[in-house]
Amino acid sequence: MSVQIWTYLLVGITFALYIGIAIWSRAGSTRDFYVAGGGVSPLANGMATAADWMSAASFISMAGIIAFAGYDGSVYLMGWTGGYVLLALLLAPYLRKFGKFTVPDFIGDRYYSKTARIVAVICALIVSFTYVAGQMRGVGVVFSRFLEVDINTGVIIGMVIVLFYAVLGGMKGITYTQVAQYCVLIFAFMVPAIFISIQMTGNPIPQLGMGSKLADGSGTYLMDKLDGLSTELGFNAYTNGSKSMADVFAITLALMVGTAGLPHVIVRFFTVKRVKDARKSAGLALLLIAILYTTAPAVSVFARTNMINTVNNMEYSSMPEWFTKWETTGLFQFDDKNKDGKIQYVADKSTNELYVDPDSMVLANPEIANLPAWVIALVAAGGLAAALSTAAGLLLVISSSVSHDLIKKVFKPNISDKGELWAARLAATVAVVIAGYFGINPPGFVAAVVALAFGLAAASFFPAIVLGIFYKKMNKEGAIAGMVTGTLLMLFYMTKFKFDWFGGGTPEDWWFGISPEGFGSIAMVVNFIVSIVVMKFTPPPPENVQEIVEDIRIPSGSGEASGH
Amino acid sequence: MSDKQKQASAYWKENVKYLFILLAIWFLVSYGAGILFKDAMDSIKIGGFKLGFWFAQQGSIYVFVILIFVYVRLMNKLDKKYGYDE
Repeated sequence: MSVQIWTYLLVGITFALYIGIAIWSRAGSTRDFYVAGGGVSPLANGMATAADWMSAASFISMAGIIAFAGYDGSVYLMGWTGGYVLLALLLAPYLRKFGKFTVPDFIGDRYYSKTARIVAVICALIVSFTYVAGQMRGVGVVFSRFLEVDINTGVIIGMVIVLFYAVLGGMKGITYTQVAQYCVLIFAFMVPAIFISIQMTGNPIPQLGMGSKLADGSGTYLMDKLDGLSTELGFNAYTNGSKSMADVFAITLALMVGTAGLPHVIVRFFTVKRVKDARKSAGLALLLIAILYTTAPAVSVFARTNMINTVNNMEYSSMPEWFTKWETTGLFQFDDKNKDGKIQYVADKSTNELYVDPDSMVLANPEIANLPAWVIALVAAGGLAAALSTAAGLLLVISSSVSHDLIKKVFKPNISDKGELWAARLAATVAVVIAGYFGINPPGFVAAVVALAFGLAAASFFPAIVLGIFYKKMNKEGAIAGMVTGTLLMLFYMTKFKFDWFGGGTPEDWWFGISPEGFGSIAMVVNFIVSIVVMKFTPPPPENVQEIVEDIRIPSGSGEASGH
Repeated sequence: MSDKQKQASAYWKENVKYLFILLAIWFLVSYGAGILFKDAMDSIKIGGFKLGFWFAQQGSIYVFVILIFVYVRLMNKLDKKYGYDE
């Protein structure tokens, strides 16, 4: 069977599975819709969290980015996993004990202020929308390459599927679909990695294969070979980066703290029964994520080595079929500058003839390695699972921000449970349409905007939540001042260096040599300082708020998450 | 301060102590071994891996997972000690 038939088959089966689960687990109340009834087991929640977290970026883009960035790519590996340690130790148990539906709920109650709640809602909406547009784009890329439909049709099909189960099932439907999606995506990521690891090094465990000797009997270690190839072609050695140490430090920190502050991840810990389960579930989530995250750097090494060996100095006319197919998507571009009919792939931009988009690496990798058709199709199904699961989680945050935090808590407090449920569904529908629009007409700054989402989460939520739990005396004036300063500073820095506003600037003008991607960590520190300084000069929080803080520090008697 | 409050604050103190120790390890394996001392660590080679590079791309992640499970165990014990388990 051809790759295309396999792809239709596997994608069809997995989509039917997701829809079946959605019908079986549809939401009957707002509690079902926001927190899946609050009775999800730690393992199911861990799997759902892992699928929620591992987006199209983790599945499709990350290994490709690392393949081209080498050591510099470590920022994503450490940043997107280390955040879970912060989440498990500093946030999840306490927010679960607090027992409400959303992050703005916590901020609003802890800081006894509607303003704080609204600031939190706005931050949650900005973060989630920027993120969800990227997912829709990922769905479009997979569809266009593997099912050979138009990229826009791909986005629309993805929209309809997500709409169906997010709107019908709410958090309950999403949680159980994500459990299935986790299984699909991890299987799809591991199978080709194991195949290629055996092919290249003879070791079936990719994490070890990465550090093994090549299977060709030369006795050279794979990593040494790749370091050699890279320097030969004029790139940096793979195991050394080109970013400054300060910048690597700052980006890693911003990604870690941003991960811990992302509302769609935090909200998952409201769905388990007890505080104990919230802790355990964070551990399980990271374990399940780590399976992919420790395999990804191995995939990067395999892919980069294979790619250089397959294309460099080879006749263009002898390239296999997949090469031309990737060319038609525009993700591979070949320009025979010296007209010798061969592909020269080198670091020097003036003589380099091949452009490879990092996003194509994971998807192209099984083809480059000549794996069987079903494996290639499996990767397509996995990429879709990753993109859809994250998109659904984000849509839920958007819809609950609107229906719960804005309509119920601010504008129309006496709305009925049923009315709120319908408002949530309507909000989810509108959000899907907007996300789909951005998927079809992507703003040219998607990558910048995703980095901004992390920076914003780090600069806005994280300090307010941590101080809210660990610093009893923190008051609303401090928290609001901190969130506003942190967010504005982050926006200023990002727009200055990414969009050339406020006079723009080049990397030489970066403050402390820190790139916009890493600036979230600086903005976070500023947020902490501003919060504490402002707090010192303003009245302490009321007695009952201090009692709330004492109460969330004690794990017992958490009860069920509620909206009241 | 009532007994109940005393107990709560003793529990909290132990909790915070655990957090400091675990986060110190968290910092050492990622920012320490993987970034600040990467070059020095790279002079040690295990198999095909330079050690600093390994910590940055593999080792730190394994330690993160272990840290959370250690935390879960410590806290479950602590909850029992203070009668907060359920």
